[in-house]
Amino acid sequence: MCIGIPGQIFALHAKQADHAWAEVCGLRREVNIALVCEDEPEALVGCWVLIHVGFALSRLDEREARQTLAALHAMGELETDVALFLRGGEER
Amino acid sequence: MRFVDEFRDPQLAKTLLEQLHQRAGLLPYTADKPLQIMEVCGGHTHAIFKFGLDKLLPPQLEFIHGPGCPVCVLPMGRIDACCEIAAHPEVIFCTFGDALRVPGQHGSLAQARERGADIRVVYSPLDGLRLARENPARQVVFFALGFETTQPVTAVTLQQARRERLTNFSIFCQHISLMPTLRSLLSQDDVRIDAFLAPGHVSMITGAAPYHFINQEFGKPLVISGFEPLDMLQSVLMLVKQVGEASCKTENQYRRVVPEQGNLLAQKAMREVFTLSGSSEWRGLGMIERSGISLTSAYAMFDVERRFSPQAQPVADDPRSRCGEVLTGRCKPHQCPLFGTGCTPHNAFGALMVSSEGACAAWYQYRHQEATIASQPQHKQQQKVSQDE
Repeated sequence: MCIGIPGQIFALHAKQADHAWAEVCGLRREVNIALVCEDEPEALVGCWVLIHVGFALSRLDEREARQTLAALHAMGELETDVALFLRGGEER
Repeated sequence: MRFVDEFRDPQLAKTLLEQLHQRAGLLPYTADKPLQIMEVCGGHTHAIFKFGLDKLLPPQLEFIHGPGCPVCVLPMGRIDACCEIAAHPEVIFCTFGDALRVPGQHGSLAQARERGADIRVVYSPLDGLRLARENPARQVVFFALGFETTQPVTAVTLQQARRERLTNFSIFCQHISLMPTLRSLLSQDDVRIDAFLAPGHVSMITGAAPYHFINQEFGKPLVISGFEPLDMLQSVLMLVKQVGEASCKTENQYRRVVPEQGNLLAQKAMREVFTLSGSSEWRGLGMIERSGISLTSAYAMFDVERRFSPQAQPVADDPRSRCGEVLTGRCKPHQCPLFGTGCTPHNAFGALMVSSEGACAAWYQYRHQEATIASQPQHKQQQKVSQDE
């Protein structure tokens, strides 16, 4: 439960501060950016981040992000988290 | 070299392994008394089995699977407390999926849900906040667990709940701090760990400095490692070099993700919301001093134990299982008499089998056939020992 998924921030949230939209494996999801946002949030747009349970926890360079994605695919770790992304984060 | 061709860069893996075999051969360790390297992170354990890293190591080196899976160190009584809280009709109980099937003395959260409790699997604590906003007449409780990777996430969620003045959101705080856990492990008698692979994503939050006591007080080398196979091989090589040079320090193999200082924003949020508060009991490890994490007074109103006062339910580990011994490296998963019979991923008896990151689940998934064969003489041997006693 401690492995994050790389995603790319593509827009800030229009209404909620500290939130942005990230693209992860072609899916879009709202993430909290409070823990990676030391300066202007606009500077994060286009950046890759490591996302864990809905929060960006670390900035990554693109090469590293793509390598991490490949490693996660190889480990078969991606499906569960991406499935939760698809379900909107909650499962009854 | 089986498995190596599946690596992202097989040639690099082969080069690392050649160096590893060469250097390990110079160490005063043998196949019978190998250098024992504890990988602390459940993600590392998973990668070791998935990619057969344990089989690629020289015989003088051995992986010991440590307590890096927060679900695995959760005592049964805490699950019983979760079920008690969830049984309140006004409660919506939210949990990460990892904890749903962990057995308590009176069953798991999945079984409580079948009995009618409103228990929901969420991806993020923020999903719990959303549920609280959408259900003002209900009490939403988030089961907050995990090491330092998830603590700041809970902290920021509570900061947001406080800003919004939400009064129907609370957490059952079962976070655990890695450093007291490692200290406890190293302080126990007859635990022989020679070196550590430290978890990359916990370290991404904490930075490298909190590990220094492992070098300074216990004389063990440590390398912070990423979780892909090449990361781990490189980290093991760094450890073997340290041992060969009689060096003992904290090194950071995962520099591309782990800043030396960690995530300062996360550390600040954790300091504001959490405090270390006395001893706490953890499955397989017993009582660990200064490992209990609770909310600071400014956030005490989000503590579910204040709202519902669940009964403290200390439950001793079942003596038939050897979870604690596996967690501390005293035995291998297949050496537990319940492994693969009374305890399987489909019908888990111990927590190490429940979580996919647990050592027993990984061993079962990747080594079951070999383990079945290997466990037969071991099992007979154990029976003989108990008869002799």
